[in-house]
Amino acid sequence: MKIMICPVNGPRNIAEFAWGGEVKPDVDPVTCTDQDWTDHLFLEANIAGIVTEWWLHTPTNTWFIARRNTLTDEILETMTLDAYYTREGAISA
Amino acid sequence: MPFALLKYATRSAFKGDHAAERHFRLSPDLKPTYDVVIIGAGGHGLAAAYYLATRHGITNIAVLDKGWLAGGNTARNTTIVRANYLTPEGVAFYKESVDLFRSLSNELDINVMYTERGHFTLAHTDAAMNTARWRAEVNKHMGVSSEVIGPDDVKRICPTINVSDDVHYPIMGALYHPPGAIARHDAMAWGYAKEAARHGVEIHTQTGVNRILIENGRAVGVETNRGTIHAGRVLQAVAGSSSVVANMAGLKLPIRTIPLQACVSEPVKPILDQIVVSGSLHVYISQSARGEMVMGGATDAYGLYSTRSTLDFKESLMAHMLELFPFMGELKVLRQWAGMADMTPDFSPVMGLTPIENFFIDAGWGTWGFKATPVSGLRMAECVATGRQPDLLKPFALDRFGSFDLVGEKGAASVGH
Ligand SMILES: Cc1cc2nc3c(=O)[nH]c(=O)nc-3n(C[C@H](O)[C@H](O)[C@H](O)COP(=O)(O)OP(=O)(O)OC[C@H]3O[C@@H](n4cnc5c(N)ncnc54)[C@H](O)[C@@H]3O)c2cc1C
Repeated sequence: MKIMICPVNGPRNIAEFAWGGEVKPDVDPVTCTDQDWTDHLFLEANIAGIVTEWWLHTPTNTWFIARRNTLTDEILETMTLDAYYTREGAISA
Repeated sequence: MPFALLKYATRSAFKGDHAAERHFRLSPDLKPTYDVVIIGAGGHGLAAAYYLATRHGITNIAVLDKGWLAGGNTARNTTIVRANYLTPEGVAFYKESVDLFRSLSNELDINVMYTERGHFTLAHTDAAMNTARWRAEVNKHMGVSSEVIGPDDVKRICPTINVSDDVHYPIMGALYHPPGAIARHDAMAWGYAKEAARHGVEIHTQTGVNRILIENGRAVGVETNRGTIHAGRVLQAVAGSSSVVANMAGLKLPIRTIPLQACVSEPVKPILDQIVVSGSLHVYISQSARGEMVMGGATDAYGLYSTRSTLDFKESLMAHMLELFPFMGELKVLRQWAGMADMTPDFSPVMGLTPIENFFIDAGWGTWGFKATPVSGLRMAECVATGRQPDLLKPFALDRFGSFDLVGEKGAASVGH
Protein backbone atom coordinates (compact mmCIF):
# COMPACT_ATOMS: atom_id res chain seq x y z
CA MET A 1 0.00 0.00 0.00
CA LYS A 2 1.37 3.40 -0.95
CA ILE A 3 1.16 6.08 1.73
CA MET A 4 0.69 9.79 1.15
CA ILE A 5 0.98 12.31 3.97
CA CYS A 6 -1.95 14.70 4.06
CA PRO A 7 -0.62 17.92 5.63
CA VAL A 8 -3.79 18.10 7.75
CA ASN A 9 -4.71 14.44 8.41
CA GLY A 10 -1.32 12.76 8.40
CA PRO A 11 -0.25 9.54 6.63
CA ARG A 12 -3.10 7.80 4.77
CA ASN A 13 -3.54 5.14 2.06
CA ILE A 14 -3.03 6.71 -1.39
CA ALA A 15 -6.48 5.38 -2.33
CA GLU A 16 -7.98 8.14 -0.14
CA PHE A 17 -6.51 10.83 -2.37
CA ALA A 18 -7.47 12.27 -5.74
CA TRP A 19 -4.97 13.73 -8.19
CA GLY A 20 -5.74 17.33 -9.15
CA GLY A 21 -3.07 17.86 -11.78
CA GLU A 22 -0.19 20.30 -12.05
CA VAL A 23 -0.18 23.72 -10.42
CA LYS A 24 -0.41 26.20 -13.29
CA PRO A 25 0.30 29.91 -13.08
CA ASP A 26 -2.96 31.83 -12.79
CA VAL A 27 -4.22 33.81 -15.76
CA ASP A 28 -6.56 36.73 -15.35
CA PRO A 29 -9.76 35.84 -17.26
CA VAL A 30 -10.59 39.53 -17.67
CA THR A 31 -7.37 40.68 -19.29
CA CYS A 32 -6.02 37.53 -20.97
CA THR A 33 -6.58 36.64 -24.62
CA ASP A 34 -8.89 33.76 -25.63
CA GLN A 35 -5.80 31.78 -26.59
CA ASP A 36 -4.21 32.35 -23.14
CA TRP A 37 -7.40 31.10 -21.56
CA THR A 38 -7.77 27.88 -23.60
CA ASP A 39 -4.04 27.21 -23.21
CA HIS A 40 -4.50 27.55 -19.46
CA LEU A 41 -7.46 25.17 -19.51
CA PHE A 42 -6.07 22.46 -21.74
CA LEU A 43 -2.28 22.54 -22.07
CA GLU A 44 -0.13 20.61 -19.62
CA ALA A 45 3.60 20.76 -18.94
CA ASN A 46 3.37 16.99 -18.24
CA ILE A 47 6.91 16.92 -16.92
CA ALA A 48 8.95 13.74 -16.60
CA GLY A 49 10.65 14.55 -13.30
CA ILE A 50 9.77 16.67 -10.30
CA VAL A 51 6.32 18.26 -10.40
CA THR A 52 4.22 20.46 -8.12
CA GLU A 53 0.58 19.38 -8.05
CA TRP A 54 -2.86 19.77 -6.54
CA TRP A 55 -4.06 16.81 -4.47
CA LEU A 56 -7.27 16.21 -2.56
CA HIS A 57 -7.78 14.11 0.55
CA THR A 58 -11.29 13.03 -0.42
CA PRO A 59 -12.78 11.89 2.94
CA THR A 60 -12.10 15.31 4.47
CA ASN A 61 -12.24 17.37 1.27
CA THR A 62 -8.80 18.85 1.99
CA TRP A 63 -7.00 20.34 -1.00
CA PHE A 64 -3.23 20.67 -0.64
CA ILE A 65 -0.01 20.79 -2.67
CA ALA A 66 2.39 17.89 -3.26
CA ARG A 67 5.77 17.64 -4.91
CA ARG A 68 6.34 14.31 -6.66
CA ASN A 69 8.89 12.69 -8.93
CA THR A 70 6.95 11.30 -11.90
CA LEU A 71 9.87 9.12 -13.00
CA THR A 72 10.32 7.28 -9.69
CA ASP A 73 6.78 7.48 -8.22
CA GLU A 74 8.16 9.12 -5.06
CA ILE A 75 6.20 11.68 -3.08
CA LEU A 76 8.81 14.24 -2.04
CA GLU A 77 6.75 16.53 0.19
CA THR A 78 3.22 17.71 0.83
CA MET A 79 2.13 21.06 2.23
CA THR A 80 -0.95 23.10 3.02
CA LEU A 81 -1.97 25.85 0.60
CA ASP A 82 -0.86 28.46 3.14
CA ALA A 83 2.57 26.91 3.40
CA TYR A 84 2.82 26.74 -0.38
CA TYR A 85 1.72 30.32 -1.01
CA THR A 86 3.98 31.61 1.76
CA ARG A 87 6.92 29.85 0.21
CA GLU A 88 6.05 31.03 -3.29
CA GLY A 89 5.71 34.57 -2.00
CA ALA A 90 2.19 34.86 -3.37
CA ILE A 91 -0.85 36.04 -1.44
CA SER A 92 -3.11 33.26 -0.21
CA ALA A 93 -6.59 33.57 -1.67
CA MET B 1 22.22 -38.30 -33.06
CA PRO B 2 22.18 -39.36 -36.72
CA PHE B 3 24.96 -37.60 -38.61
CA ALA B 4 22.48 -36.77 -41.37
CA LEU B 5 20.97 -34.11 -39.12
CA LEU B 6 24.26 -32.26 -38.92
CA LYS B 7 23.67 -30.86 -42.38
CA TYR B 8 20.91 -28.66 -41.00
CA ALA B 9 23.24 -27.20 -38.41
CA THR B 10 26.07 -26.63 -40.89
CA ARG B 11 23.79 -25.33 -43.62
CA SER B 12 22.14 -22.73 -41.48
CA ALA B 13 25.49 -21.72 -40.03
CA PHE B 14 27.30 -21.42 -43.36
CA LYS B 15 24.68 -20.83 -45.99
CA GLY B 16 21.77 -19.57 -44.00
CA ASP B 17 19.15 -21.48 -45.95
CA HIS B 18 17.47 -22.83 -42.81
CA ALA B 19 17.94 -19.72 -40.76
CA ALA B 20 14.80 -17.75 -39.91
CA GLU B 21 14.16 -14.76 -42.10
CA ARG B 22 15.04 -11.42 -40.45
CA HIS B 23 11.97 -9.27 -40.10
CA PHE B 24 13.83 -6.16 -41.16
CA ARG B 25 17.29 -5.19 -42.33
CA LEU B 26 19.63 -3.70 -39.80
CA SER B 27 20.70 -0.20 -40.76
CA PRO B 28 24.06 0.25 -39.04
CA ASP B 29 24.99 3.84 -39.86
CA LEU B 30 22.87 6.96 -39.83
CA LYS B 31 22.99 9.01 -42.99
CA PRO B 32 23.49 12.76 -42.58
CA THR B 33 20.15 13.58 -44.25
CA TYR B 34 16.73 12.02 -44.77
CA ASP B 35 13.60 13.28 -46.48
CA VAL B 36 11.57 12.24 -43.44
CA VAL B 37 12.65 11.38 -39.91
CA ILE B 38 10.07 9.57 -37.79
CA ILE B 39 10.63 9.60 -34.02
CA GLY B 40 9.27 6.41 -32.44
CA ALA B 41 9.35 2.89 -33.88
CA GLY B 42 6.03 1.77 -32.42
CA GLY B 43 3.19 0.60 -34.63
CA HIS B 44 2.22 4.17 -35.53
CA GLY B 45 5.68 5.36 -36.60
CA LEU B 46 6.35 2.17 -38.56
CA ALA B 47 2.96 2.26 -40.27
CA ALA B 48 3.48 5.90 -41.28
CA ALA B 49 6.86 4.94 -42.77
CA TYR B 50 5.32 2.02 -44.65
CA TYR B 51 2.53 4.12 -46.18
CA LEU B 52 4.92 6.98 -47.04
CA ALA B 53 7.04 4.46 -48.94
CA THR B 54 4.26 2.50 -50.61
CA ARG B 55 1.58 5.17 -51.22
CA HIS B 56 3.68 8.29 -51.71
CA GLY B 57 6.99 7.01 -53.08
CA ILE B 58 8.97 8.62 -50.26
CA THR B 59 11.58 6.06 -49.22
CA ASN B 60 14.49 8.10 -47.88
CA ILE B 61 13.13 7.73 -44.35
CA ALA B 62 14.68 6.95 -40.97
CA VAL B 63 12.52 5.64 -38.15
CA LEU B 64 14.35 6.24 -34.86
CA ASP B 65 13.62 4.62 -31.52
CA LYS B 66 15.41 5.14 -28.25
CA GLY B 67 14.61 1.56 -27.22
CA TRP B 68 13.91 -1.58 -29.19
CA LEU B 69 11.44 -2.13 -32.01
CA ALA B 70 7.88 -1.55 -30.78
CA GLY B 71 8.84 -1.87 -27.11
CA GLY B 72 6.45 0.91 -26.07
CA ASN B 73 2.69 0.65 -25.85
CA THR B 74 2.57 -1.34 -29.09
CA ALA B 75 4.03 -4.33 -27.22
CA ARG B 76 2.00 -3.68 -24.07
CA ASN B 77 -1.55 -3.28 -25.29
CA THR B 78 -4.44 -5.70 -25.08
CA THR B 79 -5.03 -5.53 -28.87
CA ILE B 80 -8.73 -4.77 -28.99
CA VAL B 81 -9.89 -3.44 -32.36
CA ARG B 82 -13.36 -1.93 -32.75
CA ALA B 83 -15.19 0.94 -34.42
CA ASN B 84 -18.14 1.43 -32.03
CA TYR B 85 -17.20 4.92 -30.87
CA LEU B 86 -19.57 7.71 -29.87
CA THR B 87 -18.95 10.68 -32.17
CA PRO B 88 -19.49 10.56 -35.96
CA GLU B 89 -15.89 11.83 -36.40
CA GLY B 90 -14.53 9.04 -34.22
CA VAL B 91 -16.65 6.30 -35.78
CA ALA B 92 -15.64 7.30 -39.34
CA PHE B 93 -11.99 7.31 -38.34
CA TYR B 94 -11.89 3.97 -36.49
CA LYS B 95 -14.09 2.34 -39.14
CA GLU B 96 -11.44 3.07 -41.76
CA SER B 97 -8.91 1.37 -39.50
CA VAL B 98 -11.06 -1.75 -39.13
CA ASP B 99 -11.43 -1.87 -42.93
CA LEU B 100 -7.64 -1.72 -43.30
CA PHE B 101 -7.13 -4.41 -40.63
CA ARG B 102 -9.23 -6.88 -42.59
CA SER B 103 -6.72 -7.11 -45.44
CA LEU B 104 -3.56 -6.38 -43.48
CA SER B 105 -2.23 -9.95 -43.28
CA ASN B 106 -2.24 -10.10 -47.08
CA GLU B 107 -0.86 -6.63 -47.56
CA LEU B 108 2.02 -7.08 -45.09
CA ASP B 109 2.55 -10.77 -45.88
CA ILE B 110 2.58 -11.68 -42.21
CA ASN B 111 -0.19 -13.20 -40.12
CA VAL B 112 -1.41 -10.40 -37.86
CA MET B 113 -4.00 -12.86 -36.47
CA TYR B 114 -6.82 -10.36 -36.87
CA THR B 115 -9.81 -12.26 -35.44
CA GLU B 116 -13.34 -10.90 -35.15
CA ARG B 117 -14.74 -12.09 -31.82
CA GLY B 118 -17.73 -9.88 -31.07
CA HIS B 119 -17.50 -7.11 -28.47
CA PHE B 120 -19.83 -6.35 -25.54
CA THR B 121 -19.92 -3.09 -23.64
CA LEU B 122 -21.95 -4.11 -20.60
CA ALA B 123 -24.30 -1.61 -18.98
CA HIS B 124 -25.15 -1.82 -15.27
CA THR B 125 -26.87 1.55 -14.87
CA ASP B 126 -29.53 3.59 -16.67
CA ALA B 127 -26.90 6.12 -17.69
CA ALA B 128 -24.79 3.38 -19.27
CA MET B 129 -27.86 2.04 -21.12
CA ASN B 130 -28.47 5.53 -22.50
CA THR B 131 -24.89 5.81 -23.73
CA ALA B 132 -25.20 2.35 -25.30
CA ARG B 133 -28.35 3.41 -27.20
CA TRP B 134 -26.69 6.63 -28.33
CA ARG B 135 -23.62 4.76 -29.57
CA ALA B 136 -25.75 2.15 -31.35
CA GLU B 137 -27.64 4.86 -33.25
CA VAL B 138 -24.50 6.76 -34.27
CA ASN B 139 -22.77 3.50 -35.24
CA LYS B 140 -25.66 2.25 -37.39
CA HIS B 141 -25.95 5.63 -39.07
CA MET B 142 -22.26 5.42 -39.98
CA GLY B 143 -22.56 1.84 -41.29
CA VAL B 144 -20.98 0.16 -38.26
CA SER B 145 -22.70 -2.94 -36.90
CA SER B 146 -23.87 -2.25 -33.33
CA GLU B 147 -27.04 -2.94 -31.36
CA VAL B 148 -28.35 -2.80 -27.82
CA ILE B 149 -29.28 -6.21 -26.41
CA GLY B 150 -30.75 -7.40 -23.11
CA PRO B 151 -29.22 -9.71 -20.49
CA ASP B 152 -30.85 -12.82 -22.03
CA ASP B 153 -29.15 -12.22 -25.35
CA VAL B 154 -25.86 -11.46 -23.59
CA LYS B 155 -26.13 -14.86 -21.88
CA ARG B 156 -27.15 -16.62 -25.10
CA ILE B 157 -24.16 -15.29 -27.05
CA CYS B 158 -21.67 -15.54 -24.16
CA PRO B 159 -22.74 -18.44 -21.88
CA THR B 160 -19.87 -18.07 -19.39
CA ILE B 161 -20.95 -14.62 -18.23
CA ASN B 162 -22.85 -14.21 -14.95
CA VAL B 163 -26.07 -12.26 -15.64
CA SER B 164 -27.68 -13.04 -12.27
CA ASP B 165 -29.04 -10.32 -9.97
CA ASP B 166 -27.04 -11.68 -7.07
CA VAL B 167 -24.10 -9.29 -7.61
CA HIS B 168 -23.25 -5.70 -6.75
CA TYR B 169 -24.01 -4.41 -10.24
CA PRO B 170 -26.37 -6.66 -12.25
CA ILE B 171 -26.11 -6.48 -16.05
CA MET B 172 -28.99 -4.46 -17.53
CA GLY B 173 -27.95 -4.92 -21.13
CA ALA B 174 -25.08 -4.37 -23.51
CA LEU B 175 -23.95 -2.61 -26.63
CA TYR B 176 -23.10 -5.52 -28.92
CA HIS B 177 -20.57 -4.89 -31.71
CA PRO B 178 -20.11 -8.13 -33.72
CA PRO B 179 -16.98 -6.94 -35.66
CA GLY B 180 -15.01 -6.29 -32.43
CA ALA B 181 -11.66 -8.05 -32.88
CA ILE B 182 -8.24 -8.80 -31.50
CA ALA B 183 -4.95 -8.99 -33.42
CA ARG B 184 -1.30 -9.80 -32.81
CA HIS B 185 0.40 -6.56 -31.74
CA ASP B 186 4.00 -7.70 -32.37
CA ALA B 187 3.11 -8.99 -35.81
CA MET B 188 1.69 -5.58 -36.69
CA ALA B 189 4.97 -3.90 -35.83
CA TRP B 190 7.09 -6.58 -37.52
CA GLY B 191 4.89 -6.53 -40.62
CA TYR B 192 5.03 -2.77 -41.07
CA ALA B 193 8.77 -2.73 -40.23
CA LYS B 194 9.69 -5.50 -42.65
CA GLU B 195 7.65 -4.10 -45.54
CA ALA B 196 8.83 -0.54 -44.93
CA ALA B 197 12.43 -1.79 -44.85
CA ARG B 198 11.87 -3.74 -48.06
CA HIS B 199 10.96 -0.42 -49.71
CA GLY B 200 14.14 1.23 -48.45
CA VAL B 201 13.10 2.69 -45.09
CA GLU B 202 15.83 2.57 -42.43
CA ILE B 203 14.94 1.57 -38.89
CA HIS B 204 17.38 2.59 -36.17
CA THR B 205 16.75 1.30 -32.66
CA GLN B 206 18.80 2.42 -29.63
CA THR B 207 18.67 5.85 -31.24
CA GLY B 208 17.01 8.39 -28.99
CA VAL B 209 16.12 11.91 -30.09
CA ASN B 210 17.31 14.52 -27.59
CA ARG B 211 16.66 17.72 -29.53
CA ILE B 212 14.64 18.88 -32.47
CA LEU B 213 16.42 21.40 -34.64
CA ILE B 214 14.29 24.36 -35.63
CA GLU B 215 15.29 27.26 -37.87
CA ASN B 216 12.93 30.16 -38.54
CA GLY B 217 9.90 28.28 -37.31
CA ARG B 218 10.66 25.23 -39.40
CA ALA B 219 11.96 21.81 -38.33
CA VAL B 220 15.22 20.93 -40.08
CA GLY B 221 16.55 17.91 -38.21
CA VAL B 222 17.09 16.09 -34.95
CA GLU B 223 19.94 15.51 -32.57
CA THR B 224 20.31 11.92 -31.40
CA ASN B 225 22.64 10.01 -29.10
CA ARG B 226 24.34 8.87 -32.33
CA GLY B 227 24.76 12.29 -33.87
CA THR B 228 22.83 15.01 -35.67
CA ILE B 229 20.75 14.29 -38.73
CA HIS B 230 19.00 16.65 -41.09
CA ALA B 231 15.46 16.05 -42.20
CA GLY B 232 13.08 17.54 -44.70
CA ARG B 233 10.19 16.66 -42.42
CA VAL B 234 9.93 15.32 -38.88
CA LEU B 235 7.06 13.27 -37.44
CA GLN B 236 6.78 12.41 -33.77
CA ALA B 237 4.90 9.22 -32.83
CA VAL B 238 6.06 8.51 -29.29
CA ALA B 239 2.85 7.87 -27.29
CA GLY B 240 3.70 8.18 -23.56
CA SER B 241 6.66 10.47 -24.32
CA SER B 242 4.62 12.84 -26.52
CA SER B 243 4.92 15.87 -24.23
CA VAL B 244 8.65 15.34 -23.72
CA VAL B 245 9.38 15.20 -27.45
CA ALA B 246 6.95 18.00 -28.37
CA ASN B 247 8.67 20.12 -25.75
CA MET B 248 11.93 19.69 -27.73
CA ALA B 249 10.13 21.56 -30.51
CA GLY B 250 8.82 24.17 -28.06
CA LEU B 251 5.26 22.83 -28.11
CA LYS B 252 3.00 22.24 -25.14
CA LEU B 253 0.30 19.57 -25.56
CA PRO B 254 -3.13 18.90 -24.04
CA ILE B 255 -1.77 15.58 -22.77
CA ARG B 256 -1.06 13.91 -19.44
CA THR B 257 1.03 10.75 -19.23
CA ILE B 258 -0.74 8.20 -17.01
CA PRO B 259 0.08 4.50 -16.64
CA LEU B 260 -2.35 1.90 -17.90
CA GLN B 261 -1.95 -1.57 -16.42
CA ALA B 262 -2.95 -4.99 -17.69
CA CYS B 263 -2.45 -8.63 -16.79
CA VAL B 264 -2.97 -12.15 -18.13
CA SER B 265 -3.97 -15.38 -16.44
CA GLU B 266 -2.36 -18.75 -16.97
CA PRO B 267 -3.54 -20.25 -20.28
CA VAL B 268 -6.65 -22.44 -20.34
CA LYS B 269 -8.73 -24.11 -23.04
CA PRO B 270 -10.99 -21.83 -25.09
CA ILE B 271 -13.86 -20.72 -22.87
CA LEU B 272 -14.50 -17.09 -23.83
CA ASP B 273 -15.04 -16.12 -27.47
CA GLN B 274 -16.07 -12.51 -27.03
CA ILE B 275 -14.37 -9.38 -25.80
CA VAL B 276 -16.27 -8.19 -22.72
CA VAL B 277 -16.00 -4.65 -21.41
CA SER B 278 -17.79 -2.91 -18.57
CA GLY B 279 -17.69 0.85 -18.51
CA SER B 280 -19.32 1.07 -15.10
CA LEU B 281 -17.00 -1.50 -13.50
CA HIS B 282 -13.92 -0.28 -15.39
CA VAL B 283 -12.78 -3.75 -16.47
CA TYR B 284 -12.39 -5.65 -19.71
CA ILE B 285 -11.38 -9.15 -20.71
CA SER B 286 -10.76 -11.38 -23.74
CA GLN B 287 -9.10 -14.74 -24.21
CA SER B 288 -5.97 -14.78 -26.35
CA ALA B 289 -5.30 -17.34 -29.06
CA ARG B 290 -2.99 -19.20 -26.69
CA GLY B 291 -5.61 -19.35 -23.96
CA GLU B 292 -4.60 -16.61 -21.54
CA MET B 293 -7.30 -14.35 -20.13
CA VAL B 294 -6.16 -10.85 -21.07
CA MET B 295 -7.49 -8.27 -18.62
CA GLY B 296 -7.32 -4.57 -18.04
CA GLY B 297 -9.16 -1.59 -16.65
CA ALA B 298 -9.00 2.19 -16.57
CA THR B 299 -5.79 4.19 -16.19
CA ASP B 300 -4.05 4.66 -12.85
CA ALA B 301 -5.29 7.35 -10.48
CA TYR B 302 -2.38 9.72 -11.13
CA GLY B 303 0.22 10.58 -13.75
CA LEU B 304 3.60 8.87 -13.96
CA TYR B 305 6.39 8.20 -16.46
CA SER B 306 6.83 4.64 -15.28
CA THR B 307 5.76 1.15 -16.22
CA ARG B 308 5.61 -0.23 -12.69
CA SER B 309 2.77 -2.55 -11.69
CA THR B 310 0.67 -2.36 -8.55
CA LEU B 311 -1.30 -4.74 -6.34
CA ASP B 312 -4.11 -2.16 -6.11
CA PHE B 313 -4.75 -2.57 -9.81
CA LYS B 314 -5.10 -6.34 -9.57
CA GLU B 315 -7.30 -6.19 -6.48
CA SER B 316 -9.82 -3.73 -7.87
CA LEU B 317 -9.85 -5.48 -11.26
CA MET B 318 -10.47 -8.93 -9.80
CA ALA B 319 -13.22 -7.79 -7.45
CA HIS B 320 -15.41 -6.99 -10.47
CA MET B 321 -14.04 -9.67 -12.77
CA LEU B 322 -15.06 -12.45 -10.37
CA GLU B 323 -18.62 -11.22 -10.31
CA LEU B 324 -18.78 -11.21 -14.10
CA PHE B 325 -16.94 -14.51 -14.52
CA PRO B 326 -17.02 -16.59 -11.32
CA PHE B 327 -14.91 -19.35 -12.96
CA MET B 328 -11.98 -16.92 -12.91
CA GLY B 329 -11.62 -17.67 -9.20
CA GLU B 330 -9.81 -20.86 -10.23
CA LEU B 331 -7.21 -19.08 -12.37
CA LYS B 332 -3.86 -17.64 -11.41
CA VAL B 333 -2.46 -14.39 -12.71
CA LEU B 334 0.59 -15.15 -14.83
CA ARG B 335 1.98 -11.73 -15.77
CA GLN B 336 1.27 -8.10 -15.03
CA TRP B 337 2.65 -5.02 -16.76
CA ALA B 338 1.94 -1.39 -17.68
CA GLY B 339 2.39 1.13 -20.45
CA MET B 340 2.51 4.93 -20.40
CA ALA B 341 -0.69 6.29 -21.91
CA ASP B 342 -0.76 9.78 -23.46
CA MET B 343 -4.20 10.91 -22.29
CA THR B 344 -6.11 13.81 -23.85
CA PRO B 345 -9.03 15.60 -22.15
CA ASP B 346 -11.53 14.39 -24.78
CA PHE B 347 -10.23 10.83 -25.22
CA SER B 348 -9.43 11.52 -28.88
CA PRO B 349 -6.02 11.73 -30.55
CA VAL B 350 -4.01 14.79 -31.58
CA MET B 351 -2.89 14.39 -35.17
CA GLY B 352 -1.49 16.29 -38.09
CA LEU B 353 0.05 19.70 -38.63
CA THR B 354 1.63 21.75 -35.85
CA PRO B 355 2.48 25.46 -35.61
CA ILE B 356 6.01 24.47 -36.67
CA GLU B 357 6.49 24.00 -40.36
CA ASN B 358 7.60 20.50 -41.43
CA PHE B 359 6.93 19.18 -37.95
CA PHE B 360 4.04 16.74 -37.61
CA ILE B 361 2.46 15.06 -34.63
CA ASP B 362 0.74 11.75 -34.01
CA ALA B 363 -0.10 11.68 -30.30
CA GLY B 364 -2.82 11.48 -27.70
CA TRP B 365 -3.33 7.77 -28.27
CA GLY B 366 -3.92 7.11 -24.63
CA THR B 367 -5.46 3.74 -24.04
CA TRP B 368 -7.11 3.39 -27.46
CA GLY B 369 -4.45 3.73 -30.18
CA PHE B 370 -3.59 0.17 -31.18
CA LYS B 371 -6.76 -0.18 -33.23
CA ALA B 372 -5.85 3.05 -35.04
CA THR B 373 -2.38 1.87 -36.11
CA PRO B 374 -3.30 1.31 -39.80
CA VAL B 375 -5.48 4.40 -40.28
CA SER B 376 -3.17 6.76 -38.42
CA GLY B 377 -0.21 5.42 -40.39
CA LEU B 378 -2.06 5.87 -43.66
CA ARG B 379 -3.41 9.34 -42.92
CA MET B 380 -0.30 10.70 -41.19
CA ALA B 381 1.68 9.55 -44.24
CA GLU B 382 -0.73 11.53 -46.42
CA CYS B 383 -0.38 14.53 -44.10
CA VAL B 384 3.44 14.41 -44.11
CA ALA B 385 3.65 13.81 -47.87
CA THR B 386 1.22 16.57 -48.88
CA GLY B 387 1.77 19.02 -46.03
CA ARG B 388 -2.01 19.26 -45.68
CA GLN B 389 -4.38 17.98 -42.99
CA PRO B 390 -6.44 15.13 -44.54
CA ASP B 391 -10.22 15.56 -44.13
CA LEU B 392 -10.47 12.50 -41.89
CA LEU B 393 -7.95 14.07 -39.50
CA LYS B 394 -9.41 17.59 -39.42
CA PRO B 395 -11.48 16.96 -36.27
CA PHE B 396 -8.35 15.73 -34.48
CA ALA B 397 -6.12 18.73 -35.15
CA LEU B 398 -4.03 20.13 -32.30
CA ASP B 399 -5.75 23.52 -32.57
CA ARG B 400 -9.23 22.12 -31.78
CA PHE B 401 -8.71 22.94 -28.10
CA GLY B 402 -8.31 26.65 -28.81
CA SER B 403 -11.84 26.72 -30.27
CA PHE B 404 -13.41 24.27 -27.78
CA ASP B 405 -14.06 21.86 -30.69
CA LEU B 406 -13.43 18.78 -28.61
CA VAL B 407 -14.23 15.29 -29.93
CA GLY B 408 -15.68 13.81 -26.74
CA GLU B 409 -15.14 10.06 -26.74
CA LYS B 410 -15.12 9.50 -23.00
CA GLY B 411 -18.34 7.47 -23.20
CA ALA B 412 -16.67 5.03 -25.60
CA ALA B 413 -13.04 5.05 -24.51
CA SER B 414 -12.71 5.60 -20.78
CA VAL B 415 -12.08 1.92 -20.08
CA GLY B 416 -8.63 1.47 -21.52
CA HIS B 417 -8.83 -0.56 -24.69
C1 LIG C 1 -1.98 -1.83 -21.03
C2 LIG C 1 -2.45 -1.18 -22.30
C3 LIG C 1 -3.54 -1.72 -22.98
C4 LIG C 1 -3.99 -1.13 -24.16
N1 LIG C 1 -5.02 -1.73 -24.83
C5 LIG C 1 -5.42 -1.24 -26.02
C6 LIG C 1 -6.42 -1.92 -26.77
O1 LIG C 1 -6.94 -2.97 -26.34
N2 LIG C 1 -6.80 -1.39 -27.95
C7 LIG C 1 -6.26 -0.24 -28.43
O2 LIG C 1 -6.66 0.21 -29.50
N3 LIG C 1 -5.26 0.41 -27.77
C8 LIG C 1 -4.84 -0.07 -26.57
N4 LIG C 1 -3.83 0.57 -25.88
C9 LIG C 1 -3.24 1.80 -26.44
C10 LIG C 1 -2.16 1.46 -27.48
O3 LIG C 1 -1.27 0.51 -26.95
C11 LIG C 1 -1.34 2.69 -27.88
O4 LIG C 1 -2.19 3.80 -28.11
C12 LIG C 1 -0.55 2.43 -29.16
O5 LIG C 1 0.14 1.21 -29.06
C13 LIG C 1 0.42 3.56 -29.41
O6 LIG C 1 1.31 3.19 -30.44
P1 LIG C 1 2.50 4.13 -30.85
O7 LIG C 1 3.19 3.50 -31.97
O8 LIG C 1 1.96 5.50 -31.03
O9 LIG C 1 3.39 4.21 -29.52
P2 LIG C 1 4.47 3.20 -28.87
O10 LIG C 1 4.23 1.80 -29.28
O11 LIG C 1 4.48 3.49 -27.41
O12 LIG C 1 5.81 3.66 -29.54
C14 LIG C 1 6.44 4.86 -29.20
C15 LIG C 1 7.93 4.65 -29.31
O13 LIG C 1 8.57 5.91 -29.19
C16 LIG C 1 9.82 5.68 -28.60
N5 LIG C 1 10.35 6.94 -28.08
C17 LIG C 1 9.91 7.68 -27.03
N6 LIG C 1 10.67 8.78 -26.86
C18 LIG C 1 11.62 8.75 -27.83
C19 LIG C 1 12.71 9.61 -28.19
N7 LIG C 1 12.98 10.73 -27.50
N8 LIG C 1 13.49 9.26 -29.25
C20 LIG C 1 13.25 8.13 -29.94
N9 LIG C 1 12.22 7.29 -29.66
C21 LIG C 1 11.43 7.59 -28.61
C22 LIG C 1 9.55 4.63 -27.54
O14 LIG C 1 10.73 3.93 -27.20
C23 LIG C 1 8.50 3.75 -28.22
O15 LIG C 1 9.04 2.59 -28.80
C24 LIG C 1 -3.36 0.03 -24.68
C25 LIG C 1 -2.27 0.58 -23.99
C26 LIG C 1 -1.79 -0.02 -22.83
C27 LIG C 1 -0.61 0.57 -22.13
